[in-house]
Amino acid sequence: MSFINYSSREINCKIVYYGPGLCGKTTNLQYIYRRTNPEQKGKLISLATETERTLFFDFLPLALGDIKGFRIRFHLYTVPGQVFYAASRKLILKGVDGVVFVADSQIERMESNMESLDDLQINLAEQGYELEKLPFAIQYNKRDLSNIVPTEEMDRLLNNRNVPCFEGIATSGKGVFETLKSVARLVLFELKKHY
Amino acid sequence: MIGSDLIMYEEEFRKIDSELQKLHQQSNAKVVFLVDKNGQLIASAGETQDIDTTSLASLTAGNIAATGGIARLLGEKEFTILFHEGEKDNIHISLIGQRIILVVIFDQRSSLGLVRLRVKKSTESLTRIFDDINKKVEKDKGEGPFEESPFAEISDEDIDSLFR
Repeated sequence: MSFINYSSREINCKIVYYGPGLCGKTTNLQYIYRRTNPEQKGKLISLATETERTLFFDFLPLALGDIKGFRIRFHLYTVPGQVFYAASRKLILKGVDGVVFVADSQIERMESNMESLDDLQINLAEQGYELEKLPFAIQYNKRDLSNIVPTEEMDRLLNNRNVPCFEGIATSGKGVFETLKSVARLVLFELKKHY
Repeated sequence: MIGSDLIMYEEEFRKIDSELQKLHQQSNAKVVFLVDKNGQLIASAGETQDIDTTSLASLTAGNIAATGGIARLLGEKEFTILFHEGEKDNIHISLIGQRIILVVIFDQRSSLGLVRLRVKKSTESLTRIFDDINKKVEKDKGEGPFEESPFAEISDEDIDSLFR
């Protein structure tokens, strides 16, 4: 649900990073925050527990530049990944324009990835969205670890629709901007279809 | 879903702005602002220069979303007013229609009673303005795309330029 302001010539879009607990959603936002010019970003807000687990959401506003005289702003959110924060997770999806699913590449996390993807679809459906119709990109994170699943296998488990998909190492930034750019592109082209 | 995007036009924006200025003065508030439920800041009035309004907008929407979640668990439709009292500043948050959040921040120069009264009056005017916007959006949809659509010629290069 974008906000198109003809008065201030701004377009605001909401992108949500989704995925199982500890998959690296917050790390993605932290990297984007570190690597963006000060004048292009707002504060990175993290509503987290004392042990730095996301409690409600992280929020990062980005104003990357102009297109056709309109300032394009992206509001990036993460959801809390832990299973028992289901109620909060649902709320963050309200008004979403695009979704990034961050998957944890470790063998033992495959089941959590699949559960989280199902959870995403269910929560979107509750808000009246269909994942199939939303701008959507996937990141296979933690590719630097040793006990990881091959990407072909992850494709089979998580990406049967063949949406844009990126290998990532969010701690060092690999794949982070590629993923964001890909979903941003889909969001803007989706808007183009309607306006 | 895309059909429910919030669109703001110059004319209505001016009306909203002047309504917020009025509320700001009449309620003796420090800051007044309007946010949509998804956390986008729509307009503000008052001493906003020292406040990170973008973050405030997002957190207010989060607050309303969480409170709405609690309401539904209790079988309420929604809690339409939230009030937080601080040592110096207080914040009054109310829902306008189903979609917009009105936030008033005030200190000892005002009072909760005055803020509530003025918010109630402004809510009526703001509701009318947002109804007008909805009608306008519907009308424009019926008549085809906007003349000055920023998306008409958007290209891959435009998007690349954002990420340089």
